[in-house]
Amino acid sequence: MIAASPAVEAIVASEYEHGFVTEIESDTFPPGLDEGVVRAISARKGEPDFMLDYRLRAFRHWQTMATPKWAQVHYPAIDFQAISYFSAPRSKDGPKSLDEIDPVLLETYNKLGIPIEEQMALSGIAVDAVFDSVSVATTFRVKLAEAGVIFCAISEAVHDYPDLVRQHLGSVVPHTDNFYAALNAAVFSDGTFVYVPKGVRCPMELSTYFRINARNTGQFERTLIIAEADSYVSYLEGCTAPMRDENQLHAAVVELIAMDDAQINYSTVQNWYPGDAMGRGGIYNFVTKRGDCRGARSKISWTQVETGSAITWKYPSCLLRGDDSVGEFYSVAVTKGRQQADTGTKMIHLGRNTSSTIVSKGIAAGEGEQTYRGLVRIAAKAAGARNHTQCDSLLIGARCAAHTVPYIEVKNPTAQLEHEATTSKISDDQLFYCRSRGLTAEDAVAMIVNGFCKEVFKQLPMEFAVEAQKLLSISLEGAVG
Amino acid sequence: MLSVKGLRAKVGEKEILKGLDLEVGRGEVHAIMGPNGSGKSTLAHVLAGREDYRVTAGTVTFEGRDLLALTPEERAHLGLFLAFQYPVELPGVNNTYFLKAALNAIRSARGQPELDAVAFLRLMRERLKVLYLDDSLLKRPVNFGFSGGEKKRNEIFQMALLEPKLAILDETDSGLDIDVLRIVADGVNALRGLERSVILVTHYQRLLDYIEPDFVHVLAHGRIIRSGGKELALELEEKGYGWLGAEEAA
Repeated sequence: MIAASPAVEAIVASEYEHGFVTEIESDTFPPGLDEGVVRAISARKGEPDFMLDYRLRAFRHWQTMATPKWAQVHYPAIDFQAISYFSAPRSKDGPKSLDEIDPVLLETYNKLGIPIEEQMALSGIAVDAVFDSVSVATTFRVKLAEAGVIFCAISEAVHDYPDLVRQHLGSVVPHTDNFYAALNAAVFSDGTFVYVPKGVRCPMELSTYFRINARNTGQFERTLIIAEADSYVSYLEGCTAPMRDENQLHAAVVELIAMDDAQINYSTVQNWYPGDAMGRGGIYNFVTKRGDCRGARSKISWTQVETGSAITWKYPSCLLRGDDSVGEFYSVAVTKGRQQADTGTKMIHLGRNTSSTIVSKGIAAGEGEQTYRGLVRIAAKAAGARNHTQCDSLLIGARCAAHTVPYIEVKNPTAQLEHEATTSKISDDQLFYCRSRGLTAEDAVAMIVNGFCKEVFKQLPMEFAVEAQKLLSISLEGAVG
Repeated sequence: MLSVKGLRAKVGEKEILKGLDLEVGRGEVHAIMGPNGSGKSTLAHVLAGREDYRVTAGTVTFEGRDLLALTPEERAHLGLFLAFQYPVELPGVNNTYFLKAALNAIRSARGQPELDAVAFLRLMRERLKVLYLDDSLLKRPVNFGFSGGEKKRNEIFQMALLEPKLAILDETDSGLDIDVLRIVADGVNALRGLERSVILVTHYQRLLDYIEPDFVHVLAHGRIIRSGGKELALELEEKGYGWLGAEEAA
């Protein structure tokens, strides 16, 4: 008789590759959050007064807010007093020279395939490595500085470039924006700062690698990228965490600012621990990302590949303020097992002749559930604005779900908007066809899924496109039994 | 190389194959003819390993192996190929990429080194020429948006590239114009030259004008009721299936 049916139904959990824990002594604050903790984080970082004031304003505002309930995700209420808001490897207050990095940390990043020793680094990519609450290393800083590009931990930028930080921090995502943005503003401990001066094309890809290691710790990182007039920068972030039974909170804020003729490409390959097959553990990825196309003809492009996290709640957005500015959002989101994702974008057209493109590819397997939620708003003054939206969902199996929730608000009659949406399924016929040609069911699924995502992958820098493709295959391994 | 003995198979609760026997030797071309509903396509799918069909009795050996114990991909690795009556569309999957992955999956299962892109393209060009195919189909997603004729040509091209030991063509000739029929015939005749075996499942005699079978079998009510040489096909053409008591199934 024929061996077990490859019915698309059978879902087996695949292994999470990056689930190991690094044994390292850490200074971790006891769980709990009050004004004292906010002050302690600021003191620990030796911050100037303006930062402490900013944090306290945010914290007081946060106390008046409630967690957002409108997303299509389900989870028990988070006890914000049970989380520790700061954890750092001992005696690593901030990044020092690369020779001084704890070898245990070096090994951790090597294991993750993230080389932070420059001689081993991928050519042309500078890395900022953030471990729990602090940045532990930033590579190629000297080479970048020669080009005038500042690439450092945001905690350093607060000291070294206070005016830039003061001017821009919170100018795109104000601390009043939403519950998690307020929380982040109060307690963020590190993240990446990038400044590209006028007329400079950043000579290498910049990337930050986020790693959550400590137990019961939230990671609240803050990224701020400023591209002055006529400059260009491409930036990529990657994320992993150990396997743990309890859920961990990751509430980041990313702010991008593009002046006249500047372009920022921001790519994310998110592979936080998704929890086990029963839905135990995993990261809550509640992130606010927004780009401000402040200058005329500026362009901000978001590309995200979201394969991890128990719950993803994020909407990388563009404020198209400058005339003729361009916003783009390319997304692949995978939910399998019990993962949930409510993700999409907001394109806010304020300037004239602004245009935006949204390409969202959702893949649901197992009992995964996902929602594309996107807003396209054309303001009264945004004459000649254009948007093209394409939302495609691919279902693997019969117990997953995909939803599409587009919001469209048009206040200018000259706007042109297009919205396309499709839902398809990987069928038994397709699998049998591939298998009869010698491919395994898993190869077949990977091939069909990669074909489905091609449009988004081609937006990624080459090395990362390969990485993303691999990640997707691993992530869907066992999605068909 | 293929030996089918007493094969019985069900779809759901309905028995379609009711004790079928068939022997196919190396380099032989067998035509299996029969009215609609006689079980021709079921036989093709059971041999390829489709799970929707339940084998309840009988044995199938292929190259000395118990074929029924193997998964569809293992059967492909052994050298079995099914040209589908309705080739399946794979949107987004590039045809060339698909063919290369399939060929390399088969090669690596056989312990042969995988072909790199250059070697693969060379092989592909060579096979294209033999079949007088142009390469426009190769840049498109597998079968996606192909016309009926293009899908069938693509099946034959896959067959020519994968060089199976046994190819089963499931009504590949249905709905084809003369030009495509020729391509199908060329593909089969090329394999035949390589001492490979072919089972042609067909409803009409027409294909056999281009491919001369070594044996013709008439399948009716789930069994082979008559076997003969190529002259049997002509006789069928003349007298219809009713002549053998093999009317169209209800």
